[in-house]
Order: sequence, then structure tokens, then C-alpha cells
Amino acid sequence: MSDIKTIEKEALAAIQAAPSLEALDAVRVAELGKKGRVSGLMSGLGKMTPDERKENGPKLNALKVAVDEAVRARKAQLEAEALEAQLATETIDLTLPPAPGPRTGTLHPVMQVFEEIAAIFGDMGFTVAEGPDIEDDWHNFTALNFPEGHPARETHDTFFMDAPEGGTPKVLRTHTSPVQIRTMMSEKPPIRILVPGRVYRNDWDATHTPMFHQVEGLVIEKGIHMGHLKGCLIDFVKAFFEVDDVVSRFRPHFFPFTEPSAEMDVQCERSGGIVEVGKGTDWLEVLGCGMVHPNVLRNCGLDPAEHQGFAFGMGVDRLAMLKYGMPDLRPYFEADPQWTRHYGFAPWTTPSVSGGLS
Amino acid sequence: MKFTLSWLTDHLATKAGLDDILALMLKAGLEVEEVVDPNEKLAPFTVCKVIEAVPHPDADKLRVCTVETVDGTKQIVCGAPNARTGMTAIYAPLGAYIPGLDFALDKKPRAIRGIESQGMMCSAKELEAGEDHDGIADLDDSIPLGTPAAQALGATDPVIDFEVTPNRPDWLGVQGIARDLAAAGAGRLIVKEPKRVPGSFDCPVDIRLDAPQACPIFAGAVIRGVTNGPSPDWMQARLKAVGVQPKSLLVDVTNYISFDRARPLHVYDAAKLSGPVVARLGKKGESLEALDGKTYKVTPEMCVIADDSGVIGLGGVMGGTSTAVSDDTTDVFIESAWFDPLRTARTGRTTGIHSDARYRFERGVDPQSCVDGLNLALELTLEHGGGTVSKPNVAGAIPARIDKVTFYPADVERLTGLVVKPTEMRRIVKDLGFSIEDAGDAWYVLPPSHRFDMEQSADLVEEIARLIGYDMLPVTSLPEPDGGRRAITTPIQDRVRVSRRVLAARGFLEAVSWSFMAKEHAALFAKIDPALTVSNPVASELDQMRPSILGNLAMAAQRAANHGEPGARLFEVGPIYLGDGPKDQRTAAAALVRPDVQRHWQGTPHSYDSFAAKADMFAVLDALGQPGERFQVAPPAQPHWHPGKAASLKLGPKVTVGHFGAIHPGVLKAMGIDGPMFGFELNLNALPLMKTRPTKTKPVLKRTELTPIRRDLAFLVDVAVPAADLVRNAIGADKQLIVSADVFDVYQGTGVPDGQKSVAFEVTIQPREKLTDEDIQALMARVVASVAKGTGGVLRG
Repeated sequence: MSDIKTIEKEALAAIQAAPSLEALDAVRVAELGKKGRVSGLMSGLGKMTPDERKENGPKLNALKVAVDEAVRARKAQLEAEALEAQLATETIDLTLPPAPGPRTGTLHPVMQVFEEIAAIFGDMGFTVAEGPDIEDDWHNFTALNFPEGHPARETHDTFFMDAPEGGTPKVLRTHTSPVQIRTMMSEKPPIRILVPGRVYRNDWDATHTPMFHQVEGLVIEKGIHMGHLKGCLIDFVKAFFEVDDVVSRFRPHFFPFTEPSAEMDVQCERSGGIVEVGKGTDWLEVLGCGMVHPNVLRNCGLDPAEHQGFAFGMGVDRLAMLKYGMPDLRPYFEADPQWTRHYGFAPWTTPSVSGGLS
Repeated sequence: MKFTLSWLTDHLATKAGLDDILALMLKAGLEVEEVVDPNEKLAPFTVCKVIEAVPHPDADKLRVCTVETVDGTKQIVCGAPNARTGMTAIYAPLGAYIPGLDFALDKKPRAIRGIESQGMMCSAKELEAGEDHDGIADLDDSIPLGTPAAQALGATDPVIDFEVTPNRPDWLGVQGIARDLAAAGAGRLIVKEPKRVPGSFDCPVDIRLDAPQACPIFAGAVIRGVTNGPSPDWMQARLKAVGVQPKSLLVDVTNYISFDRARPLHVYDAAKLSGPVVARLGKKGESLEALDGKTYKVTPEMCVIADDSGVIGLGGVMGGTSTAVSDDTTDVFIESAWFDPLRTARTGRTTGIHSDARYRFERGVDPQSCVDGLNLALELTLEHGGGTVSKPNVAGAIPARIDKVTFYPADVERLTGLVVKPTEMRRIVKDLGFSIEDAGDAWYVLPPSHRFDMEQSADLVEEIARLIGYDMLPVTSLPEPDGGRRAITTPIQDRVRVSRRVLAARGFLEAVSWSFMAKEHAALFAKIDPALTVSNPVASELDQMRPSILGNLAMAAQRAANHGEPGARLFEVGPIYLGDGPKDQRTAAAALVRPDVQRHWQGTPHSYDSFAAKADMFAVLDALGQPGERFQVAPPAQPHWHPGKAASLKLGPKVTVGHFGAIHPGVLKAMGIDGPMFGFELNLNALPLMKTRPTKTKPVLKRTELTPIRRDLAFLVDVAVPAADLVRNAIGADKQLIVSADVFDVYQGTGVPDGQKSVAFEVTIQPREKLTDEDIQALMARVVASVAKGTGGVLRG
């Protein structure tokens, strides 16, 4: 069967020469189709003697395989060429802008600092508690040992709500301390809470806003003394300012709701309107604190001979200013997009003690 | 409260310098606010000698002086009329800061009318070291060249200003400051008892106390033949240093004692008094022309001093003009009384008078000081003004003493962690003027009469701790909390955190705006609740607690637009107020967009609209684990929403969790805002709590093996039928099998009858077991029937 070689040669040449997928398919049908040349030779095997078959069978099979493979290879080649030709027509100018969408937004620095503070105290076992902004006089003052008519009340520049005829006006809470009262009256010691919130004082100038933010802490536990207060707050300022060491000092002060009372200063350097904590020789007041006043404990139904603990309160806006170098308090509450974008935080920043606060 | 170092040393025998005193003040709780040390302030200035002063060739009033200074011989052009040859003066070198003028000299010499001036000669006033009206300081020629100016001008006394906390009115007198500093270890308190001046005649002024609860004691005396000239220089210098303008001997003596002993006094011109002096309550209709020149209405709550002519003073607050002393006064009546603190504070608040007397009486004046204060005034007046003194007239009695306090020495360690020896405790308490009855575990302690802040053991603990020094307190980290760790935040706080992050991630900027807004704006958002009106707002546009956050965000977005940022996207998660009760405050998450038309080369993209607001709101709900299917969209129920382009979001018929869509154009217009604006506000408190599982283990995943089947259906329905009704009815046909029905086309126009619309949606079926074609056909038939029944919709052929 000398024509096997010829057929193979002719078939492979035709396959290689096929200019398109359609032409290639025509060659395939002509050779391998039901009525094709190779198929015709294959069907001739049945009429052969066993010996002829033994000799020609493998040759014909090899021919079929060779032609089939050549068709596949040529098909792949033609397809690749076609794709390349198609892609060559599909260029777009990717330097053009995509459809406009919003840039990622930001989180307000005060809210971020609230979370930083909560993360630090959360790590010390504090849980977060809250209370209302509109308070009654008793929770905001009387229960906190501000006697009626006492000058200490006047230092608070209180906002009063319109009172019903003959009634005592409610107030906008002047500090987060009423939540101490609400917590001590509703929960049994041990208590370890942190109270973030809005507070209000009737004062508006370069360094005061009529609304600002405080964080209050309260610990009522057996054996808790002023040394714990110092330790807890020193641990806090080191963690908060994220510097290796913060030199701090405690000074006696007066708050009606703590006895003994103190203010805490941290050492800092002031230059060019910027305050840097952790160096320098100046001092900066950061918070007020003290042992919960026995009268406050009594007002909440706790026996001061049995229960004791400490409380502290700090201004969050000022802490945020200090840590992040914002020069002015007033833009905090203006919702100015430029300011917010500049000083805000990315939405994926979640303060944690393990992951870094900021 | 201001005082000078030399004034302090009148009452304190000490070797401590200024820095030591400041450190001890800090330790004892006297918070120093400012220290002005003239030695430091005047350091650049020294004494010079004018060798020659000649007239300036080009200016009549100027002189050209040749001056010998610490820096060598200088040529100084001087405008002072008293500059003359041979004068001893004060030299300011180039570059020096002149405190009284608040400017610094140029660092390089300046030509004045063509003649170079290499410095300046100063007046005492320019150095804030005294008064002189004739020109530059003209000093005694015996003062050597180079002497520091502070020394030459006798202005070496540092002035210390510190904060007096409301519990320590005794610090409003220099003597009280000295007592605490002595107890803190600064030295020894010098106790100066005033001389008892024997009276030579009975006090001619009768004193009557008609309101002993308001004024329980009133001591008075008369001096006849006094000369009310200027007070001595040292007294004037001290008063000026602490910010009090000297007036005349009689007035200066009262002010001096007020600052020296925290003991306010008042002086009357005895010749102008008629009848007895009465301390009584005011009567309706009375008024007083006070020393500040203003006339005040008297109320029956006020304690007044009166004579036959009527009210002549507001007790403990301010005297009146009709009986005031003048330069011509020769007979003076001195009042040393005690007024009830609360009543004095109320009178002060009602009248708005801020006087040194009110400041002291409302905080508490030592009642024991009535007679001592009077004697000191008599002593000083007599010494510097002469005259003859009457016997004192003391009406009433000193109010009852403060009770003894039981102090438990063990409380010191219990409350502070400090271990203090009982002898040290005793020393401190005694130095502060307490007397002690020792009874072992409990001490009975009698506070001095000037202390009003001593009630119980803890108060003594503070005295001991502060005078030992808070630096000595141990530093102890908090122990692990009892009962292990719990979640630190509440579910609402978690919602706040998550919604803030979702909104920031979706392109919103976080705002923190006022909790208040203008009442007239608030009225656009909710009916005004008078209980939410601030009666003393800081500004008229901040007088109502906000019923919604959106108003403030809208105003901010408009401000941003006015400043060139037209497309602000703002959000705030914070309080809104539905009433003044403790449970009426809600935490809301609000977002607001002022859409900006941004052109794009692919055609105008979708601008922000009600549906975009809906998408942002549902993104928040989704992140809070609140499945969107559980909510229903209903017409808006708040006045600030567009009636057709906004909606409320409900959870069943009763609970509204929020609103979204377009803000009412009328509301925006009323607020002066260019519309439109879109947004949403969610009440985070209204969302149901997620069920908490007792275990952290998640349930086993049940994977669906069969692939979902999707079929498209289109219905013709009345235009007023909400699409959500079709979807709900479609799913309702078989809630087990049909997992969703998603609208992909809404069409009105050709081919759809008037008043109707075509709504097409894709139904997704999740088979539980193999479904045949017949099963699916039967299910679709049920869907069609359910939609028809529920909405009147007809399947489109």
C-alpha cells in the first residue's frame, strides 16, 4: 500500500495550507469524514485477509492519527491567529478616568480618640457605659455633692432647659459624672466603667466650645486606693500618647465629688504652637481625678465604710488636639469637608492595644 | 487670687525662695496660674548716667543725649521733657522688649530725624514698675551705674497668681496661704494679732439685726477726726500688685484687709448716716444706687443694710453711694459683719455684681474674724489717718461652730495607700489649725473656724495626703477585674462603630455637629417640644435640642458648597432628642448628600438620588446583621421628607426604624439651602437585637446540592401598586422554594394600557429535591395566582 505515504503527504500538506477554520474543516471531512479518503482506506480493512490486515492495520491507524493530530494542531494555530487578529482591534485608552465615585470617607478624630481610650481601658477590664445628655439637677449636681447654691455649681456654666411652670429646670449635663450615679444606683460593685459622651457648658471662645466630649472612669472595688488611681492613669497616658515614657505628676485639687482629689499633668514641650508629650520641661494638665467622695457613695446607697474606689474625667477634644496636632478646637464641630479629610482617619483603622492605637 | 512674695513673708517666716514657694504651692494644691517676677522682666534694663543732653538740631522736643551705660557710651535720642545733663536714668539696650509699651526696640540703631539713637531711656510706667508723669525715670544720683532697674525702681517683689478652689475661701487672704505653706514645710506661720485699740467713747451708731439668719453678727466702730488722704505707699504698691486700684486710706484699708485676711469690711461716712444701721431683708420697691454707679432693685430675698434713709448697702455684696466715704470724710463707721453664703450668692447672681466682698462671703468668711478684722482696720486707719476711736459695738453673736469631725487614721492608708506615722499626721493637722482629741483608732478633730470643708474622715485624709505630697503615693497598676473579662461595649455602641465604618468606607465624611440647632429650623423637623428648648442658649441659633441630625448636616453641606465643595457627602452617628426624659434620647445614624453633577466621557453617570440613599442605608443595615427582607418601605411620616421621593422604613406596622430619600424642598428653602439633598436617618435603638447563641460554635454548614432555577415573569399592574407588593406576593406563593424575586424592568408607555405599568422580575427557586418541568410550571402558576390575588397584576403574555 504505497499510496498510504502519498495520502499522508498530500493530507498533511492540505491541512497545513488550509487558510481558515472552514477550509481546514473541509480538508478534515475529505480525509477523515465518513466518506473521506482515510476513512475509505480504513473501511477496506474488513475485506482484507488476516495477514494483509495485520500488516496494513497499524499503518492505516498511524495515518489516521497523524492526520487527526495535524488537523488539531492547525486548528489551534488558526484559532490563535484569529484571536490575535481580533484582539488587535480591541484596544481601549485606559488612561481615561473611570466613572466617578466617591473617594473613601474618613472618621472624625474625636470619635477615633474615644475608641482609642476605650481600647486602652478595655484592656484594663473597663466596660463602656452611657447616660442621657439631658439630666436632672440631682444627677448632675446634688448627688455628686454639689450643695444647692454652692459656688462650685457656678463654675460649670450650666445650660438650663425651659422648665414647666413651677418646676425645676433640667440641665444639659456639664460632665459625664452623672453616669457614675446612674451606674452605682443600678449595679452592684465591683464596678469598672468608662463613660464617653457629649457634655455642655455655656462658654464659646478660642479654647471653649458649648459642646465638647468627656470620658469618665469609675472603679468601685474592695481595696482600691489612690495608688491604683495613679497606676491606672500613668498606664493610660503612656499607652495613649504612644511614647516610651511620659513623665507625669499629680497635684491636689478640688472636685465636689472626690476626696481626696487631684489633677494630673504630663510633661511636654511647647514650641511653635505644637505641644509634644514625652519630652520637654513644661507641664500640661490632662485630667481630674480622685477617690469617690463618701457623700457620693452614700447618695447612691453605698456604705463608704464598705465600698471605695476612684473616678476620673478627661476632655477628649483636647487630648485629640494634643495627640494629633490639631491647632484649634472650633473646626471640630463645623463638619467642614476639608478639615475632616485632612484630620480624619481611614475607615479601616480600628484602635486596639495589640494592633496599635493609631 | 494674686499676692506678692514680700506680702507672704509678712505671715510666713521662711528661707524659701520664689521657686521653692511655687513648688510648695503646687504640692499643697494652690494651682499657680502666672508668676510675674520683675527681676526677670526687667533684667535687660540697668541704671545709666546722662553725661550730656543737648537739643536735637531738627526737632524742638527731642534731645540728643550722651549716656554712659553698662554697654559703654551711647548716643540716645530722647523725647522726655525731663532729660537733662547729669541725670541718673534707666537704660534700655537695642532689642529690649519694653513691657509697658508691648514692643521690642529694633536690634539695629535707628536714625531719629537724622541722628542715630543707640537705645532708649525709659519711664517707670514703660517698665510697669510704677507711675511717673514727667517723662523718664529720674533716679537718685547715688545709685551706681549698672544697677539692675528692678532694684533701682524698688520693684523687686514677684507677683503670684493662683486658682482658689471653691472649698478654700481662706486662701483669699495672704494669711491663709501662709498657713498652708507652713504646713507644707515652707517655714513658720507668723500669727499677728491686731492691737486692741481702746475706745474713748461709746459707738454713736446703733446696730440692729432684724434678720439674724442672714446676718447673725455685725461689729462696728466709729473713728472721729480721721484724715482720709492717700494710703501709705507700701499699701498702695501691694494693692496695685494684686490688681486693686488705690482710692483713699479708708477704702484701701478695707481692701487691704480683704486680701490680707480674707475679711471684707465696709466703711460709711458716719456724718451721712441717719438713725440706727439695720441688717434686714429687703422690701419690695426698695432700690440702691451702688458704688459701681448702677441702681439695683432690692428683693425680699436680699440681705440689705439700711438706715432711716432706706437701703444703704447690699450685705456682703456692695455698699451704696449715699453713705460712701470721700476725701472730706472725717467721721467713719467701719462695718465688720458676717453674711450667709447662700443668700449672698443669690443676691450676687440676681444683681450680677462681682465684688471682692461677694466672692469671699459666698464662699465663706471666717465668722471669728469679725472683731479681729474690725480691730485691724482701726489699727491701720488710726496709724495712717489719725483720729479718735469709739468702743466697738458688736451686735449678735458668732454663728455656731462647726462640729467635730471623727477621723480614722487608718483611712489614710485605706484610701491612699500611703503609710504615714501618727506623729506626722498630728503635725500636719495641727499646723493647719485643727485641734485634736486623740482617742486611739478614732480622733475627734475640731476644724479651725475658717474651714468650711471638713465633714468627715476622708476630708482629713486629703489634708494629710496633699501635705505629705501626692508624689509619695504608691503607683499600683489595677488588678485583673473580678469575674474575668466581658465584652467592653454594648450592642448600641457596636452598632455605632460598625455604621460609622460602613459609611466612611462608602465615601462619607464623618461630622460631629452640635446637639442643638435653631428652634425655627428644628420646627421643620418635628413639633417643637418646649422641654427641649435651652433657656440660656450660647447663641440664638443653638437654642433647641435637635430632633434629627439631618438639619445640621444639611447646613454643613450648604456651607461646604458655598466654599467651593458642591458635592459634600456627610454622616454623623450621634444623639437625637425626642423628649427630656432619660430614655427619650436615641442614637441615630444619618447620612446626607448634596449631589454634584459630575460629567463623564462615557455619558452622564447616575447622580446621587433616593435610591442611592436607600442603597447606603441598606449597606449599613446589612453590616449590622439586619436582613433587608425584614423591613417594609412605607410613605414618609416625618415633615422634612419629600412626600413622593422619600419613604419610611418599617418593621411591622408599628415600628419605624428610619427614613430615606429626598429632603423636602420646602424645608431646604426655609433653611436657606439650594436643593436638592438626599439622605437617610436610622434610629439605631429601634433595630431588633440579634439573637445571641449560648455557644461561639457556628452551626454546621448545610450546602445546597441542587442548582437554583431562574424564571422571568412580567406583570401588568396599576401604576400605584408598589413593586414591593408584587415581589412579596411572588415570594409568598412558596416561601420554602422561592428565595428571591428581583425586579429588572419597570415600563410604562407603548404597549401598556394607560394607568398601568409593566413590572418584570426574575424569580429564583432553590429546589430541595429534584423538580420536574411540571413541578416548576405548577409553581409558576401559583406565583401568578398569588400576584394576581394580592395586587391585581396580570401576567404579561
